[in-house]
Order: sequence, then C-alpha cells, then structure tokens
Amino acid sequence: MSTDTRKSSTESEVSGLDYEETELKLGLPGGSRIGGSEPERKRGFAETVDLSLGGETCATDLGDRSTDSSDGPVSGAGRPPAAKAQVVGWPPVRSFRKNALKSCTYVKVAVDGAPYLRKVDLEMYGGYQQLLTALEDMFSCFTVRNKRLVDPVNGTEYVPTYEDKDGDWMLVGDVPWKMFVASCKRLRLMKSSEAVDLAPRTPQGSTNTK
Amino acid sequence: MTYFPEEVVEHIFDFLESHRHRNTVSTVCKAWYRVERLSRRSVFVGNCYAVRPERVVVRFPGVRSLSVKGKPHFADFNLVPHDWGGFALPWIEAFARGCPGLEELRLKRMVVSDESLELLARSFPNFKVLVLVSCEGFSTDGLAAIATHCRVLRELDLQENEVEDRGPQWLSCFPDSCTSLVSLNFACLKGDVNAGALERLVARCPNIRTLRLNRAVSVDSLSKILARAPHLVDLGTGSFTMDHRAEAYHRLMNNFTKCKSLKSLSGFWDASPRCLPAVYPICRNLTGLNLSYAPAIQGADLIKLIRLCLKLQRLWVLDCIGDKGLAVVASTCKELQELRVFPSDVCGAGTAVVTEEGLVAISSGCPKLNSLLYFCHQMTNAALITIAKNCPHFTRFRLCILDPGKPDPVTNQPLDEGFGAIVQSCKDLRRLSLSGLLTDQVFLYIGMYAECLEMLSIAFAGDSDKGMMYVLNGCKNMRKLEIRDSPFGDAALLEDVGKYETMRSLWMSSCDITLRGCKTLAAKMPRLNVEVINERDESDEMEENPSDLHRVEKMYVYRTVAGPRNDAPDFVWTL
Repeated sequence: MSTDTRKSSTESEVSGLDYEETELKLGLPGGSRIGGSEPERKRGFAETVDLSLGGETCATDLGDRSTDSSDGPVSGAGRPPAAKAQVVGWPPVRSFRKNALKSCTYVKVAVDGAPYLRKVDLEMYGGYQQLLTALEDMFSCFTVRNKRLVDPVNGTEYVPTYEDKDGDWMLVGDVPWKMFVASCKRLRLMKSSEAVDLAPRTPQGSTNTK
Repeated sequence: MTYFPEEVVEHIFDFLESHRHRNTVSTVCKAWYRVERLSRRSVFVGNCYAVRPERVVVRFPGVRSLSVKGKPHFADFNLVPHDWGGFALPWIEAFARGCPGLEELRLKRMVVSDESLELLARSFPNFKVLVLVSCEGFSTDGLAAIATHCRVLRELDLQENEVEDRGPQWLSCFPDSCTSLVSLNFACLKGDVNAGALERLVARCPNIRTLRLNRAVSVDSLSKILARAPHLVDLGTGSFTMDHRAEAYHRLMNNFTKCKSLKSLSGFWDASPRCLPAVYPICRNLTGLNLSYAPAIQGADLIKLIRLCLKLQRLWVLDCIGDKGLAVVASTCKELQELRVFPSDVCGAGTAVVTEEGLVAISSGCPKLNSLLYFCHQMTNAALITIAKNCPHFTRFRLCILDPGKPDPVTNQPLDEGFGAIVQSCKDLRRLSLSGLLTDQVFLYIGMYAECLEMLSIAFAGDSDKGMMYVLNGCKNMRKLEIRDSPFGDAALLEDVGKYETMRSLWMSSCDITLRGCKTLAAKMPRLNVEVINERDESDEMEENPSDLHRVEKMYVYRTVAGPRNDAPDFVWTL
C-alpha cells in the first residue's frame, strides 16, 4: 500500500493537477486495493474481465493472475481457483447464451458539440469508474472530476447520461452497474448547463457505484 | 415356437414406443430381427461415431425419422476444440442414397454445412421436419435451400445454433404454395428478417402453432402476426422493445388477448418492464415461460408477472429473480415441474443472487418439481436434505454453485451429505450434475443409491481414484459420464474396462490419467474408441511422441461398431 501512495504523490507533483481526489482506484469499486497493480496503467480487457468476477468475496483472489487454474486436482480442503476468469468453461453456460446476453452491450456515445459519435462495449468495464476512465481516454480532451467529465481548457462540465430501454434519459450512476449495463441503450455526455431536469444526486463519493 | 404371421408380429411391435424396447425385441431371434428392422420408422443415434450411417440405412431401409447427436456435452462449454468433428454430411449423404423416404431429421451438437442442407433439401421429397439444436457450420443460405425445396415442410426448429447471417432473403424463399408450416423457430438467428415476408408466410399457414421469432422482429410486426395467427400455442416474441406510442401498445395487448390457445412464451430479447403488461391477459393459461434472455426484467416487474401465472409447469429465469422472487414462484406456481435459473452475469457476480433459500422455498411450494437446473452462489447440506425430502420425484437435478469447490458456508463441510440425500430420496433420478466442495464420500452415495442414474457430470470434485470407482461399480444404468478437473487417474480408469461398453461415452479432462492408462484401455477394449485430444499451443515444447507418463489433458471414450473414425483432425489421436 505504501508503494502506491508514493507513486500517486509523484504524479501530483509532476502534473500539478489535484490528482488525489479524482484518482481512479483500480480495484473493485468500494473494495480494497489489489496488491501489485500500478495505478496509472490503463486497464486492458483481461483485467476488466477479472474484476467483474466473484464480487465481494474474492477481492484477494484477483491479484494472483499468474496461477494456472487448471493445475492438478482439487484437494479436499476447499481451494477455490485463484483466477476465475481463466477457468475455461466455468460456469457451465452455453456460448450461445453467453453471447446472446452479451451482444447488446455496445452502445453509442454522443458528446454535445462533437461532430461524430463513438461506440463502447459496456461489458468491457467492471463499473462506473472504469467507464468514466474509458470515456476520458476516448475523448482525450476531458478529465474526470467528481463523476463528471470536464474540459479543462474552457471548464465546461459534461454530465454522463443514458437512454434506457423505456426511452427515458437517466443520469449515469444511480442504479447498480449490472442493471445499468442491461438497460442502457446509448450514452450522451450532456453539457451540465442543459442537464437541469436530471436532478443530480448530492455527490457522496462512491456510494452509488458498484 | 408358435407361428405368428409377420404382420401380426409387426403390429405388436408398433406398440413398442421406445427405441430401447424395439432394440431388445430385435435380439430375440432372426425372424423378429427381420420384422423389426423392416418396420422400424424411427432411429435414434446417440453418438454419430458409434455406427456408420451406411450401416443404419442398410439395416433400417424404411426409416422416416432420424435423430443423431455429435459432439460430447462438454463441447457446450468450450472444452472440445472447434473442429473436433461431428459432421452431418455423411449422414445426409447416406440417407439420400439409401433412404429417400426420410421425413424427419433431428441433429444435436453437429457441424452442418450449407452443402449438407442443400443436399437434404433436394434429396427427400417428403421431408417434413428439421430440428437443429446447438449446431454450427451453416448460414442463412442453407436455410434458403430448405425453404425453397422442401415442399411439404411442417417444422423448421432452430434452437441455439450458431448461424452465419447472409441476409434476410431466406424467409422469402418459402414459396407462395407453402402452407403447411406448423412450427417455425428462428429465434437464434442474429440478422434481420423481412417483416412483410414473415407476416405473409404466417398468414398463409393456417396450421401454424409454434412460432419463435428472433431479436430483429419488432413489436409492430409481432402485433400483426398475432392478429393473423390467433391460434398460436407457443410464441417466442421478438425484441419486445416498444416506444411509447400508446396505440401500438394497446394494439399489442388486444392481439394478445385474442390468443386464447397460447400456452408457452419465450423470447423477450430486449424487453423492458414497461411492455410486460401487454401479456398479462394470457398469463393465467401459460404452462411454459422463458424469461432467461431478458436481463432487464427484474424485481417487482418480474414478480408481478409471475403472480399471474398460476398454471405454470415450466419456468426459465435469470438469477436476478432472487430468493424473494423464487418464494413468489413457490407460492404461485403449484403445478411447476421444471425450473431453470441461469446466471445473469455469466462471469459470476450479479445484482441479485439466488442461494439455497430460494430453492428450499421452491421445493416446499412445488411438490411436482421433477427437473432442475440451478445456478447459485451457495448451497448447504441442510437445504439439500430438505429439498430431497420435499421433492422425491426429481428425474433431472443439476446444481451449479458458481464458485467451484465451495463448501457449505454454514458448516464449512463438503456437500456430500446433501447430494447423498438427493440420490437416496429421488429413486427415479436419471441425470445429476454436482458442484461445490465434494469428497469421495458423495460418490460412495451415488454408487449405492442412484440406480436409475444415466448421466453424471462431475467438476472439481473427489479426493482419489476411489470416487470414480464407486460410480463405475455402482451405477448400473450409467450411460454418459463426464468429468473435469477431478483427481481421478489410471487406476480408476482401468478399474472396470468392460463397463465402458455398457455406456455411451466417458469424458475426462484435466484429471490425472496418463497416456499409458489410455493406451492400456484402448488395447484391452478394441470396440471402444479412445480419443486423446491434444491441443498444443506454440509455446508448448512437447515432443511429437510424448512419454506414456505424460498426463492426458482431454480424453473421450465411446463404444462403437464403426472402428476408429476417418475424419479425426490432427490433434485427435485415436489410440
């Protein structure tokens, strides 16, 4: 843990930006840091897949990705495989089903004022934090601050919103992540000034992210 | 022996409904063998490599209905390499040549090419029924051939196949003269369909009773179809996503109300909760409901729907129904016979979860339950014991605790006692899948009590060879045994080699068997095909001839009268 703190303060010094409050913790949302990961490294797909496994019970397992999950017999003493993502064919669900439930997760992302849209696959991310990071990467003029995206050049704030399956425009972050993925049809980064009707929740840190 | 004219014997055989009984009478004497084979109309081949297609045609020239299964079951979970085999073409070719009167073909887990579908469409003038389950290798062009040439087609049933989309034209290939369709299921197709062609097809087929649409079919289209086919018994809705236009919604609800015969609903691909009330009018007649592809329907909406389904016999849902939702099912659906609860996040974690509580509630409220597939986060021995007591009629019991090797969370014990209770109580149990932390003890129980057991799936279980031996020694009716990631080795494999000739197949992967064990088995039992599947990646430095002590990653053993197969790919060694 001390290593990580050291790194992040170095970053603040270098960039001059106030990183600490906006630093994206690359662990399970709300959970403890995973030992050994570098905070600034952009997450690749495999890592985001790992993060969506096991929920609260397995935070400690996910750091050990080097374990070969298929080595040898299971001993009687309750050994869960260390890295679930690497257990082929488990849980035993047909590919057809996996793909069918998966395929609707590509959504268009529109940004007010931008000339063209982008597309993201929501299933690539384990939670709202990672989605915001990805949007930050994608629209590289933005930085994430207080769950919103800010254009540091002119200070314009953009509120992430989405259209759900019922056709209503919602504020990103209110519902559990999985429910969001299942019901989100498309994303729109709306200028804060226009987002008056979507009454924002009182920011309370990460209480609404999963 | 008293003389019976052959016609009388044949007439008596007509009353034998199962393949097994007909197989048995054919072994009584030559005369009966002859009568039986000439009068046989339906053949089931459980393993496509157990017998050559030509031999089947020669023995049963009068066959009208053929069912063939290909890949081993674990292929469903990506454990079998993609091009392992299971080709449909040799079967279609053989029957095209020797049995042109074929009317029905049902294939499961096979590789079906467009070429084979073309051949099928052109070779059997009386062809009526095509059912493809979990197959792959074909595209909508193959379907176009079927639609074009099968003049008296009654059933086209595509279940969970991987089909390449080459455009919507296939549906328009059904000629205007095609009015014979009774059942059409294209729910698994990913591409668009021509809505007009679909509506016209439905309108001209007065006998259509089963219609399962794919995701591309809009609610508007569904509405029109329901208006044209109010006699539907089984419906798979299309996307079921609606905009907010009130008249579209009311039209849909009206059209549903007219469908007085509707007994089974599925689909709901992109369904949002707001559309659900459209089906409320018909819920009380439903015997089958499949919401397992509708992740957005959860919580209160789901419960509201279920409360209306008093006659439900078969329910497939996602685990976001939660224990609370299952309690509602238990108090509402007293006729429930089959329940399947699938994981909504296939990687393991979800919003709501189901645990042992939900299943206990179900067992207590639904005593007719006989078939279960249940993905859950945890299970206890106490719960399983209660479930076994409440529901002694299980014929199929498949439990998947998502965390492999997880013990009873209350006692920290293995789940041996719980599953033991299941096999002891459920005397008619034919199929069982185990999960959670399990020692050899559970296999002792299975060997002792599961007399009717035909199929057993084992994963991450057991301590030693004894576990597997208990099963092989005990279960007299075992047909399919599939094992992964369990510590069973050569001693278990070779314990009773004759046993495998009484079974259809054995699959073992990530266990402790060696090449020597497999070779020994192959040498002792020439009428078994012992296949060793070697997937090698580039980084693997294994030599071309691995030593006998080398552990075998995947082995598939099956009885056969056809000898080693001639279509095995390089990475499959038949020993």
